[in-house]
Amino acid sequence: MAEVKLQKLVKKYGNVGVVHGIDLTIAHNEFVVLVGPSGCGKSTTLRMIAGLEDISGGTISIGDRVVNDLPPRSRNISMVFQNYALYPHMTVKENLGFSLKIAKQDEATIEKRVAEAAEILGLTPLLARTPGELSGGQRQRVAMGRAIVRHPDVFLFDEPLSNLDAKLRGQMRVEIKKLHQKVKTTIVYVTHDQVEAMTLADRIVIMKDGHIEQVGTPAEVFEQPKNTFVATFIGSPPMNLLDATTATEGGRKVAKLADGVTLALPAAAADKVSDGQAITVGFRAEAFSPVGYGLTGDSEVAAIERTVTLPEPLGTETLLYTELGGKEVQGKMLNPRPVQPGEQLTFNLDLSRLHVFDKASGKSVLV
Amino acid sequence: MRFFRSRLSPPILLLMPAFVIIALVVALPLLFSLYTSFTGYRLVQPASLWQWVGWRNYQRLLTDVDFWWAFGRTLVFLTIALNLELVLGLGIALLIDKLTAGQRIIRTIMMFPMMFSPILVGFQFKYIFNDNVGLVNNAIQSLGWSDVTIPWLVNPVTANLAILMAEVWMSTPIFAILLLAGLMAMPRDPIEAAKVDGCNPWQVFRHITLPYLMPFVYIAMAIRSLDVARAYDMVKIMTNGGPAGRTELLWTLIARTGYQDARMGMANAMSYASILLSVYFTVYFFRKLAAARRTMGGVA
Ligand SMILES: Nc1ncnc2c1ncn2[C@@H]1O[C@H](COP(=O)(O)OP(=O)(O)O)[C@@H](O)[C@H]1O
Ligand SMILES: [Mg+2]
Repeated sequence: MAEVKLQKLVKKYGNVGVVHGIDLTIAHNEFVVLVGPSGCGKSTTLRMIAGLEDISGGTISIGDRVVNDLPPRSRNISMVFQNYALYPHMTVKENLGFSLKIAKQDEATIEKRVAEAAEILGLTPLLARTPGELSGGQRQRVAMGRAIVRHPDVFLFDEPLSNLDAKLRGQMRVEIKKLHQKVKTTIVYVTHDQVEAMTLADRIVIMKDGHIEQVGTPAEVFEQPKNTFVATFIGSPPMNLLDATTATEGGRKVAKLADGVTLALPAAAADKVSDGQAITVGFRAEAFSPVGYGLTGDSEVAAIERTVTLPEPLGTETLLYTELGGKEVQGKMLNPRPVQPGEQLTFNLDLSRLHVFDKASGKSVLV
Repeated sequence: MRFFRSRLSPPILLLMPAFVIIALVVALPLLFSLYTSFTGYRLVQPASLWQWVGWRNYQRLLTDVDFWWAFGRTLVFLTIALNLELVLGLGIALLIDKLTAGQRIIRTIMMFPMMFSPILVGFQFKYIFNDNVGLVNNAIQSLGWSDVTIPWLVNPVTANLAILMAEVWMSTPIFAILLLAGLMAMPRDPIEAAKVDGCNPWQVFRHITLPYLMPFVYIAMAIRSLDVARAYDMVKIMTNGGPAGRTELLWTLIARTGYQDARMGMANAMSYASILLSVYFTVYFFRKLAAARRTMGGVA
């Protein structure tokens, strides 16, 4: 059983805090993705779990051991580095078997485990080559193979796909997902790419400036973002956010946008705001579609007539840029017909999918 | 331009001056010395230059005990000196690489011995090991460890050790600086990967750092095997091959034979016999270097 537990984990370089006391429990066999913008402390956190960085405060435990002062070799973890970090002077086979050799396993075991890992990752034909003779994707697979031969308690991945081109990245993403299904093990995976996070994770940890902003399943962080940062960081295109003021009209709480449009707030949000409160309303492009091209179901909608400034056809859908509340917003047209810039369309905004954030704190009033 | 028109192609034409100069300053003297090794050439009898003796010089060499002693001593001297310099240089490089402050200044200071002329180093160590006014004996006596005057440069064993020490003092920085360059250029990632893979610090060094440094070791070895003849100066100054030829190295023996005994033909024959040694070492290290560079995937 390898549960990973971070308690009040702090990292400082001199006086500069980089990780500010984060708490996180990663369950046995769980695939957790740390995601956040560059420089937010993801790698630092991962490297502290690995033992490659000293920790300035708090505790890290793996299984039921506190590992704060254990060197990396005593933590039974494996790590896949962004730049692969293969041993250049060893063949693929030697790279894969290195950790077992260091652990003084006998030849037969090494042979067997290396063959297993090579088989899983399709490296069998490459075993005799050196890293210099491999392509980027192949090196990436060797790095992963080196991690899995050890049967570690925890896998740590630091942006393993960021050096690959888009197509290969997609393929490797699928392979990592399959790998996790095959070799059930706890995985902590770092990336700055929210798509990777959404597709791979059992749970996503969204970080910013050394703090955790939200922890949740991909569906949770997508549908119930705790604050405006998560709302814009997760999902593509990012959530539309508009400043508004609350009021009561006809017995209902509404949000008044800067351009005078009023939107009825969902019932769940209505009792959490007071009249005259400055709020930010948010909605995703999926909840804002031209009539007849998207929204189904019978939730309450607001019909809004707008001019399309720019259509962006993506094949099965078209992103429509228009204006609302004095800001540019994006809507989505499913099964689209051709749209010209400047065309007038009536959009339906699904009011049940409105997010309401307190403007001052940026926090959602819903969760 | 028609005046200069030639049937030779431009590349050959352009390289011609270099060829001519090399022929004049390298190839001709080399051929000449090779020729003299087959003559009974004595510096003081120019006419002996034409006295062709065939393989006689070489035949005599084969049975010349002094020559083979010097040959063997040189081989042992080189083996010990180069390995000692390697180990010390590696140690120094590893220590300096760990420094976080003052690295530049230490690096510069470390290179001082390389800046001295070998003759000066020879004089310095001759003074240090002098039996009457030397630093070492003085220290031993002042500290009260012993009041005997130890004749460092007269006893054959200690004389050889003293020369070895001077040589190591002068040339260790070459290893240190080259290996330090290697360490500083080394990527951190494989080291961290090895730590995660279960290596203790010694295993990291043994399996990752050292293989990575091997090309640099071979470069240093190749450079040293080319300039190792500088040791001539120090032997010449410190002991002049004595006592009774017990510190004679090939270079001092050859110089003595050629200039003091004026047997230039013989001296050249010795040179050609011993040059094989040099060529062997240099080729060996270059081979190793090429192989190491191949396996390091061109990182070095
Ligand atoms: N060795 C270091 N010394 C000082 N600051 C560092 C060091 N390593 C990282 N940092 C800082 O810590 C912050 C977090 O870095 P990192 O964890 O690498 O971010 P990321 O989330 O992009 O992986 C960055 O602002 C970075 O500048
Ligand atoms: Mg990073």
